[in-house]
Amino acid sequence: MDSKVLPIIEVKDLDIGYNNIPVMRNLNFSVNKGDIFIFMGVSGCGKSTLLKSLIGLKQPDKGKVLYSGKSFWDEDEPGQKNIMRRFGVLYQSGALWSSLTVGENVALPLQLYTKLSVQQIQEIVSLKLSLVGMEEYADSLPSGISGGMRKRAALARAIALDPDIIFFDEPSAGLDPINARKLDDLILDLRDSLGATIVIVTHELASIFAIGNNSVFLDAETKTMIATGSPKDLLANSQDEKVIQFLTRAKKQELKQ
Amino acid sequence: MLAIKRLVFNEIIMLEKLDFDYSIPKTLIVKLEGDWQISAGLLPITEITAQLTSHPDIRQINLNVSEELQWDSGLIAFLFKLIRECEQKKIQVDHKNLPPGAQKLLEIALKVHEKNILPQQPRESFFEKTGDKVLQIYQSLCLILNFLGDITVSFSRTIKGKVYFRWDDFMLIVKRCGVDTLLLVCLINLLVGMILAFVGSIQLKIFGAQIYIADIVGIAMVRVLAAVMTGIIVSGRIGASFAAELGMMESSEEIDALKTLGVSPVEFLVIPRVIALVIMMPILTIYADLMGILGGFIISVGMLGLNPIEYLNHTQVAVQLSFVWIGLIHSIVFGVIIAVSGCLRGINCQRNAAGVGMATTSAVVTGITGIVIATAIITFICQILGV
Repeated sequence: MDSKVLPIIEVKDLDIGYNNIPVMRNLNFSVNKGDIFIFMGVSGCGKSTLLKSLIGLKQPDKGKVLYSGKSFWDEDEPGQKNIMRRFGVLYQSGALWSSLTVGENVALPLQLYTKLSVQQIQEIVSLKLSLVGMEEYADSLPSGISGGMRKRAALARAIALDPDIIFFDEPSAGLDPINARKLDDLILDLRDSLGATIVIVTHELASIFAIGNNSVFLDAETKTMIATGSPKDLLANSQDEKVIQFLTRAKKQELKQ
Repeated sequence: MLAIKRLVFNEIIMLEKLDFDYSIPKTLIVKLEGDWQISAGLLPITEITAQLTSHPDIRQINLNVSEELQWDSGLIAFLFKLIRECEQKKIQVDHKNLPPGAQKLLEIALKVHEKNILPQQPRESFFEKTGDKVLQIYQSLCLILNFLGDITVSFSRTIKGKVYFRWDDFMLIVKRCGVDTLLLVCLINLLVGMILAFVGSIQLKIFGAQIYIADIVGIAMVRVLAAVMTGIIVSGRIGASFAAELGMMESSEEIDALKTLGVSPVEFLVIPRVIALVIMMPILTIYADLMGILGGFIISVGMLGLNPIEYLNHTQVAVQLSFVWIGLIHSIVFGVIIAVSGCLRGINCQRNAAGVGMATTSAVVTGITGIVIATAIITFICQILGV
């Protein structure tokens, strides 16, 4: 790790679980500014639960999540809200508010946290929707557009306040390869243009290798992280059977040969 | 008798399908023939295991098939169970003479699968289960109290103007609670008024005091019945829709999206619904009062031959203004109960289709139970206060 780069997110000795049943234990990693950081692992290993602990939806059992040095779960409510304003989240299903139009969805964060006039908000909404190629659909309801469009509209909402960090929960899930690729390109463009740090929960190998420059591998069996580093480096150098099996889609028997 | 016939029938089929050969020492050669498809029925493995019991020296089973063998998953299920059984008895099963497709399916089924890493639920005793249920009641009470606390805090923030309030959404909810429910409320209360008049007339006719139907209908409807009937209708229609709507929002992560934006779901979703219903319930109840009185009027005048002017005069004298206020207080309390139970169940809904269904049912049950309990409490208080 480059020592000059200050970690934007630091996870220290984190334990997470549900109803006293541990999901992940002893997680330690940091995300640097400008990283596209991937949480990877098999389905059900706890990637999305970890994401919830990072975005303020699930209090960890133990440990700390630091945003630029500030411990999120030790802050009071206004402090937590201040930190939360720094990030945008793209949920797996898009999670657009179904009673609002696409444009109103993107406008809501701006109405809540800026003092812009209605006209100015409209201009920013148009810009954000254009960035994801959805300007024409500003007046559509979420129920009237396709799954891929819903994800792009949700991305426009996630970047409405120009966040420092954007979290993606399985962005390619349910998308065809062409739309998945477009979304990957969009993520790269957003990182480069907004200077945002990107954290992605995924198990899509194509996306992991195309855009990820740092990652952590979560193992369901040992309930902890078993590897960290660039996905390409892990593929080239990791000695761990589970990591190689995941990154190459190889069967156990094939690895032994 | 039927069971015995069936057993005999199965055994006959089994004998037609299985042929045993002991020509090789310590080996049982089983020839499978005939129809082994699911449509022909699944056979128990007891015929083969019985052979193993009667020949304890057998250490290997060789499976052979006839050329006319018809098979599908029925055969595989039979062999899968047999092989598992033989594994425990340390008997080898050679299945290389099976058709290639059947061999492949068996290999897939017998492959060692991933370990179950989910924590095993320990078996609970009767007392532990009872204790759990009691704790669940306690937790559920805490949940309701927390939610009421959240609503109180959010309501005061809304009054102080510290909350982002979407008036367009609010007006839509008001319309749903009021205009969209009005017709049903009117119809039900008209019928309730009619039923009261009919039932009252049976007894009052004996004393020639039918004119007092006006008093019975007027007082009962205005004081409590119109509010209760309206509450029940609104609970089934609006309370359930609040629960389903918020439950779906919870399942589709829309509520999570609000939280990560730093917006309280109670302020954004619950408060507008509570306020809308608290405003609309008294208005609906006034309509319900009028429709109930109209129902009694139609029956008394149209069917029992009472004088319309006399009926209206009696109603006017019997129904005091305080009764109207009591009815309106009922309706405001019911509005809070219905909105809170609908939103509470919706916002705590499990993230699946069954969860949304359960939330909806639970909202209606909680709403109606709350209405009945609140009616009893208000009636008791009115009795003490002498109104």
